[in-house]
Amino acid sequence: MIKLLPMNRRSFLQSTAAGAAAIGLSPSLFSTTAAAQTALTVGFIYVGPKDDYGYNQAHAEGAAVIKAMPGVTVVEEENVPETVDVQKTMESMINLDGAGLVFPTSFGYFDPHMLAMAAKYPDVQFRHCGGLWKEGVNPMNTGSYFGYIGQGQYLNGITAGYASKSKKIGFVAAKPIPQVLQNINSFLLGARSVDPAITCQVIFTGEWSLAVKEAEATNALIDQGADVITCHVDSPKVVVETAAGRGAFVCGYHANQSPLAPEKYLTGAEWAWGNVYTKFVTEAQAGTPLGNFVRGGLKDGFVKMSPLGPGVSAEARTKFDATLAEMMKGSFSVFKGPIKDNKGGDAVTAGQTLAEDAIELESMAYLVEGVVGSTS
Amino acid sequence: MEGIGIWGVPLAIFAGAIRVSTPFIFVSLGESITERSGRINLGLEGTLVFGAMTAYAVAVMSNSPWLGVLAAMATGAVFGLIHGFICKFPKVNDIAIGIAMMQFGLGLAFFLGKPFIQPVAPHLPSIALGGWSSSPQIQSALNINVLFIIGALLAVALWWAFKNTRVGLILRVVGDSSDAARAMGLNPDTVRLLATAVGGSLAAVGGAYLSLFYPGSWNEGISSGQGLMAVALVIFARWNPIGCFLAALLFGGAGALGPALQSVGVTQGYYLFYAAPYVLTLVILVVTSSPTRSLAGAPGALSITK
Repeated sequence: MIKLLPMNRRSFLQSTAAGAAAIGLSPSLFSTTAAAQTALTVGFIYVGPKDDYGYNQAHAEGAAVIKAMPGVTVVEEENVPETVDVQKTMESMINLDGAGLVFPTSFGYFDPHMLAMAAKYPDVQFRHCGGLWKEGVNPMNTGSYFGYIGQGQYLNGITAGYASKSKKIGFVAAKPIPQVLQNINSFLLGARSVDPAITCQVIFTGEWSLAVKEAEATNALIDQGADVITCHVDSPKVVVETAAGRGAFVCGYHANQSPLAPEKYLTGAEWAWGNVYTKFVTEAQAGTPLGNFVRGGLKDGFVKMSPLGPGVSAEARTKFDATLAEMMKGSFSVFKGPIKDNKGGDAVTAGQTLAEDAIELESMAYLVEGVVGSTS
Repeated sequence: MEGIGIWGVPLAIFAGAIRVSTPFIFVSLGESITERSGRINLGLEGTLVFGAMTAYAVAVMSNSPWLGVLAAMATGAVFGLIHGFICKFPKVNDIAIGIAMMQFGLGLAFFLGKPFIQPVAPHLPSIALGGWSSSPQIQSALNINVLFIIGALLAVALWWAFKNTRVGLILRVVGDSSDAARAMGLNPDTVRLLATAVGGSLAAVGGAYLSLFYPGSWNEGISSGQGLMAVALVIFARWNPIGCFLAALLFGGAGALGPALQSVGVTQGYYLFYAAPYVLTLVILVVTSSPTRSLAGAPGALSITK
């Protein structure tokens, strides 16, 4: 119901937003022609450029997949800071573009920004990339989705283990948060499954995107003899180009970086957000409730591997394929005890096997034995 | 390749001093010219980023990195001219205009640079001075970019020119006292306009180095404030071009400390090491400050000294 008097700009905006959301989400309203798909406008918000060869590009590739679905309109905005700016972006997507489903893709968008908008626009669905949504605490029109990419880094590690001659591999990491630590540990464990003598040197840059420091870190790793490099930063472009320029092999992350270094690129752990977004949009168009806590790994199609590069030997390929096949069956575990941490303590006790979705992995605060580096 | 252990730290500081310092060198040399004429251009961060974008875009389209550098210089000069032109009007504050120009440069560079994030541009050539060594690490550290060498020569040339040439004298007179300059028949506005334009074009070369050599790619996060830091370096270096060059080397070397220490296993407290350049600046400023003389060498007409 639209209140006619008194009418101010705010209430006008709110009522049109509700109307827009209704158009977006209830199939009964506007599906007069049976053949036409429900019209749905989906908003994507990125923290950086959407063609960064990294985190944002992975999401933008997912957005491009649903763009092709009938009845779907995609609106995107990039370089949106994790400040009140993102609230303004969401508001304009909802009010001006009529978005009924919004994906704020960066970690810092969740609290308080997305939660504030979710309270203001209860008819709009919000899904945030990350693992922050909690049942009973956060509203039902919000939710989290995330992928388990650690197994992808384990596969990276296998190709790295075969390609490394110096038995030293390197990792350029942004910040020591659980997700990053899990990737570092998985990378090393993958390499150690090939040769237990391999060590992995890690350098933290302290920021998600810091081009010069990432280049310096890559150079420092190679100066210390590392001959396969991977990373967990927002845009791996600088790391990949610098490492390949120095003659080291690289494993990719977030998206496929092989065009940057076709000869030196072994493989890469990529997001497959297209599958995730397709599922959300299909549910929204069908009028069924959207999942609130959605996660998955390689076998669920949330994560994929880049095609193997020319530096991957036949032997490496065989082990890669065998491990991947086991992961696809769901019977593989990267963290199988006993595993020591790099300070000599027990990380995973003997007999303990942590499945991909084990809750312990979400609070990982250690680096495993063989990783040279510190979490603080 | 064998690792080189603890020697990696001095090597990284040395190599970092050369690799990371070049943008600082060009921006601070450019700014020293502008400030010697009595004006501050804080917009050089925007000019740097716009120069990085222009150089990368032109290099991608023309396949010539040098053409990219020239194009960057031209756009940098235009940014400088705009700043100089606006500041000519009475009661216009050059610092405020600088901040506006910085935001303008950043925004325009992000807007126009969008299609050039993905393509790969040809890099500027470097001179391999490490052929004598069998160590690939040293060979890599001694791959010195031509722009670094030009920057070093330019620092000496400017230092000499400020002292010994007519142009240098005019610049200093205008910078020290507008009234004295007018009495000599000089037009301070014209001199400052040109000084700001030259400063802008040098700053843009610093940007071209970022996008075309090290780290050698264009994206919106390419500069992490190098342009602003370089403006501060000029004051730190007391408006002396050779001082600017040395300060830039110090910054580059100190910036390489964090990653290098982690690579040899000193892994605790890296956030602290990353603050090294700034801590160093503070220490040097405190040590060299004096209660009896304030900001020796500061141009008298500079708005911070007025």
